[in-house]
Amino acid sequence: MGHEAPMLEVFGIWFNLSNVMMLIVAAVIVFLIAFISTRNLKLKPTGMQNFMEWVMDFVKGLIKSNMDWKDGGRFHVLGITLIMFIFVSNMLGLPFSIIVYGELWWKSPTADPTVTMTLAAMVIILSHYYGIKLKGLGEYGAGYLKPMPFLFPLKIIEEFANTLTLGLRLYGNIYAGEILLSLLAGLGGAGVVGFTTAIIPMMAWQGFSIFIGAIQAFIFVMLTMVYLSHKVADDH
Amino acid sequence: MFFDHLVLGASGEFLNVGDIIATLAVFIILMLLLKKFAWGPLMGIMQQREELIASEIVTAENSRQESQKMLEEQRTLLKEARTQAQEIVENAKKQGEVSRQDIISTARAEAGRMKDAAVQEIANEREKAISAVREEVVALSLLAASRVLEKEISEEDNRQLINETIAKAGEVQ
Repeated sequence: MGHEAPMLEVFGIWFNLSNVMMLIVAAVIVFLIAFISTRNLKLKPTGMQNFMEWVMDFVKGLIKSNMDWKDGGRFHVLGITLIMFIFVSNMLGLPFSIIVYGELWWKSPTADPTVTMTLAAMVIILSHYYGIKLKGLGEYGAGYLKPMPFLFPLKIIEEFANTLTLGLRLYGNIYAGEILLSLLAGLGGAGVVGFTTAIIPMMAWQGFSIFIGAIQAFIFVMLTMVYLSHKVADDH
Repeated sequence: MFFDHLVLGASGEFLNVGDIIATLAVFIILMLLLKKFAWGPLMGIMQQREELIASEIVTAENSRQESQKMLEEQRTLLKEARTQAQEIVENAKKQGEVSRQDIISTARAEAGRMKDAAVQEIANEREKAISAVREEVVALSLLAASRVLEKEISEEDNRQLINETIAKAGEVQ
């Protein structure tokens, strides 16, 4: 809210340092969670191994609900990494935000449209890549003329619309959550009355944001698999 | 002022290509690292477990069939043993019956033989006694005759007389 971003120009390329830092923080957290919970793997799982296996099976279920496992198995790693990364990213901005000299440093990396659009575009480009790789260029191209040739323009628009909605849905949800949180935090910081007024909605909204963060991570991966299956699967 | 920061790309008026690169780089590096250090081993262990379970199921099925077969075998054996036992008992009964008959008949025969022997003995003894008595009678008769008659009689008369006496004595007996 009204905060500048810590921008840095390197060789004519602009970096939002807060985004870069939070992406790395999210990646490190995801890596540590996954790495620590998959040490000391056992055939009879215990503790965190159970949790990670549940996540794997969950993503496997998402893939299987959209396509054959022989096609979709290759997206398993992508799906698990995406869901963990997005979920952790969504959670990062919830407990606090850090503003240094008017520059917003600590926030959810997914509360930035550039990050979410990059992830969305990556997914869509992957879907085209695998569509061509698995079905061949001819069949991939013929996919634009199905079910009716005159729908071709709509199919083209659909690709861009998919990219936009996939990225902006995630961005919008998380960014809106953070705006409301920062408003409430501003109210809570404005004296005793403000604090007592703000604490209940603050807790409610944080709880709701946890829910939204989880749901958005789920939706992102679900739609990723849907778009991939549109391009990869034989029939639909 | 407020709405300036709500537009798309709120972080500034630049297209921050750096963020795009950073996002892609961080995500891809994270994915590769996780694949190597976390998902790979985890998938491996899940695969291993799947195989273990599959093989365990096969083993269980096999041992179930094995035990079924063994049970069937045992049942057959038991039935056989029961039949055999019955047969043995039957045989023993029959054998017992036979030997009972045998013993009885042997005993009967023995008894008969002993009776016969006793009868024989008695007859022998009687014969002996009779001949002894006869001799005694002959001697007595001779004595009596020689004493009572005191007369000369021919050898022939003598003998006849004696025989008559004996015959009489025999009738008396």
